[in-house]
Parts: sequence; C-alpha cells; structure tokens
Amino acid sequence: MSDLFTTPRLGKGVKTAYDQTRDSHVVLFPEGVLVLNETAAAVVGMCDGRTTIAQMAEKLAEDFDGVRVDDVAELVTRLIARRVVVTDG
Amino acid sequence: MAEPPFGLLAELTHRCPLRCGYCSNPLELVRRDAELSTAEWWDVFDQARELGVLQFHLSGGEPLARKDLPELVGHASGLGAYVNLVTSGLGLTAGRLAELAVDHVQLSVQDADPANADRIAGVKGFAHKPAAARVVKEAGLPLTVNVVLHRQNLDHLADIVALAEDMGADRLELANTQYYGWALRNQAALLPTRTQLRQAEDVVREAKSRSRMEIVYVIADYHEAHPKPCMHGWGARQLTVAPNGDVLPCPAATVIEGLGIENVKSRPLREIWHDSVSFNAFRGFDWMGEPCRGCPRREVDFGGCRCQAFQLTGNAANTDPVCSLSPHRGLVDLVLRRPAADALAPREVAR
Ligand code: SF4
Ligand code: SF4
Repeated sequence: MSDLFTTPRLGKGVKTAYDQTRDSHVVLFPEGVLVLNETAAAVVGMCDGRTTIAQMAEKLAEDFDGVRVDDVAELVTRLIARRVVVTDG
Repeated sequence: MAEPPFGLLAELTHRCPLRCGYCSNPLELVRRDAELSTAEWWDVFDQARELGVLQFHLSGGEPLARKDLPELVGHASGLGAYVNLVTSGLGLTAGRLAELAVDHVQLSVQDADPANADRIAGVKGFAHKPAAARVVKEAGLPLTVNVVLHRQNLDHLADIVALAEDMGADRLELANTQYYGWALRNQAALLPTRTQLRQAEDVVREAKSRSRMEIVYVIADYHEAHPKPCMHGWGARQLTVAPNGDVLPCPAATVIEGLGIENVKSRPLREIWHDSVSFNAFRGFDWMGEPCRGCPRREVDFGGCRCQAFQLTGNAANTDPVCSLSPHRGLVDLVLRRPAADALAPREVAR
C-alpha cells in the first residue's frame, strides 16, 4: 500500500473528464476508461504531485463521512497499478 | 437495455502505404470513393459521444492517408474524448503531428530486423519508424509500440523489445496474430511453432521484470486450451465503424455471413448499438449453447470469438473451436498440423 506521505500525480497522457451519459467523472488513459465514484473523483482531483495521501484524507473528511486514510491509500495504490497515477522515485 | 459503449474504433480508410501480410482488414477493401466524408465522420463522432463513447481510436488502414485528418481529430478531441492515433508512422512528420490534437499514439513495428520488417510489410517502411517515434516523443505524447507477432518475427522478440525501449515507448503491445482477413489467407506462413511461443514467453517474462515500459502480451490462441475473450463480450464495450460507415460489433465481423450489418448512413448509431440484430446477436449469454452455456469460464471468455467460430465451423453461435471443450477443436489441430509456408502474400492496395 502507498506511503501516506507520497504525493501522487496523474500519469502521462491521462485525462480526466465529466461524462454526461454516465453522470460521473471519468479518467481516460491509453488503454481504458475508469468511471469514478464521488470519493474517487475527489481523490483523483487532488493527485497534483503536491498533496500527500494524508492531506487528501483530511480534505475528504470535510466533505464525506467515514473517510479512512487507509482507504485513500488503497485507492491510490489501485490507481498506480492501472498506471493512472504515478509517484516519483 | 445494453450499457453504453466506451470506445469507438474508427477505421477512417483502408488505404495504407504498407501491405502487411498479417493485416486483419477484410479481403474486400473499401475504396476511397466509398469512404465517409469529413462531415459524415463528424456526425459519427457526435453520435458516438452522445451515446457514451469516451475513447476514439482513429485507425485504418493508415489514418494519415486522410487529408482531412486534422479536422477529424480536432472534432473528436473537441468533444472531450480521448483520441488515440493508430499509425504505421509513414508520413508522420513533426509538422503533421503538430496539426493533430491527439492524446496518444500507437505506432506499428513489423520487426527489429530492417530487411525482415520490410519484407513483412511488403514495402520499404522500416527506416521511417524510429523517426516517427522521435516525433511523438518530442511532442511529449505517450507512445505505444504495437507489434503483431508470428512465425516470421517471433525469433527476434528480444531485439524488438530493445528497439521499443530505444524508441522511448511507454507501452509495448505484443499481440500474436489473429487470423482474419489477410492474416487468414497467410496463415501457413504466420502460424508460430510451439518452441517459438515458449521462448517468446520467456522473453516477455524477463522484459516485464526489468523494463520501465508497460508490456502487454496477447497469446496465440490456437495453441491454448481456452479461447481469448471476445473484447468484454459482444456489443458490450466497443463498436467499430468501417471506412464506408458500416457499423460493426467487432472489427472482424464482416466475415460473419448474414449478420445483418447496418450502416450509419441509414440508421442512427444509438439505434444500431441498442436495437440492431447484429449487435444483439451475441450479447450476454442467452445465445450460448453447450458447452459454453453451463461453463463457469463463460464470464471470462464469453465463449471466445464469434468470427473464429464462423470461419472454422460455419456457425457463429458455436463455441470458439479453439476451446478444448469444443466438439470442433479437431479443426484447429488440423490447421496446426498443416505444413508451414514461408512466402507472405502482401495485402492488396486499397484505391
Ligand atoms: S468476435 Fe472475435 S474478432 Fe471479434 S472482437 Fe470478438 S474475439 Fe475479436
Ligand atoms: S466451453 Fe465456452 S465458456 Fe467454457 S472455456 Fe470453452 S469457450 Fe469458454
């Protein structure tokens, strides 16, 4: 699982968009599309290469109930596995 | 009602400077005068986006053969979708790429050995590939190198991986040949040996463990016990529009006789996706007979390829004959026992 102080950012060639048809935020990348739920969309929106996972969880807790930092880290790990998000080093 | 599609494969033209013997374009190529016009493609893109398409794969033939490619790309990109250019690289200069608002480029490579690459392509094209890759990298775009694998290049796989690395590829897609169109005609010259495949798997495993590239390997289904999955199921995720506007559930679907393929000039895309006979023919699981119907793998491979079932057994609703549970598996084994050939017939030139 990702370290809480890593600062993920979107991978090269990865685009985010809002899709009216599915009424969802989506991530578009070379080999696919991810349809995001609200929290995932918020996390992806914070993948700017400056915000740490710990800070993301803090921010999220302002808008959503029951946010756990471990869940955020796990989500980021999954995004890394799909090469949607990268971390330096 | 079916879920909306994610991707559109737009085969803008069948014209191409290369004449690859493994080409999966249909034997009957669409002529230039039958291609959709600029405005007709715009309309297809609008309808596709409206329907839910988020990824446009602009392919062919060679999409650069369309003079209006900048207008086509610009339109697709303006819809907020992801635009992927699938190209041979011939004609891809910095000047031309600068006019194209694409998000990603997929560059085909025939082999790492220049003379053999040119032989496979039927044309002297290899020298253009590294230059095309450079142009893509200099534009700051992600680059995928695509290689179709077969008997005539599998022995060079390690060099191919090294070439893709030198080109600065972010992804490398290594796909064993699928036998449709021209590839089926050249099957005896393309079918690999088991030894070649075993060695290739070792090369891929080693490369995956150390390369910074993302490497995708698509197996040679004839040599497997189970078929490759049909996309994510028929009419589930993606649709193809052929150069003349025919709307296909899969790029190879023209081989299935009597499928009732419809054209975007005579029916809205949305209706074709949701209501047409061709898109509903093999959607979901109801069309399946045994052994697929009761098989737990049906959610994984969707009974395999409909086109292959039709080509080998004459009935597109049969289990893919590649499957070891298919009563027709003997047909595939028969093909595997046929003597190999060396000569590749280059595909025809579309005019
Ligand atoms: S029917 Fe066959 S060729 Fe067509 S998408 Fe499915 S697996 Fe591929
Ligand atoms: S029987 Fe059908 S579902 Fe089962 S593995 Fe074979 S092709 Fe796939």
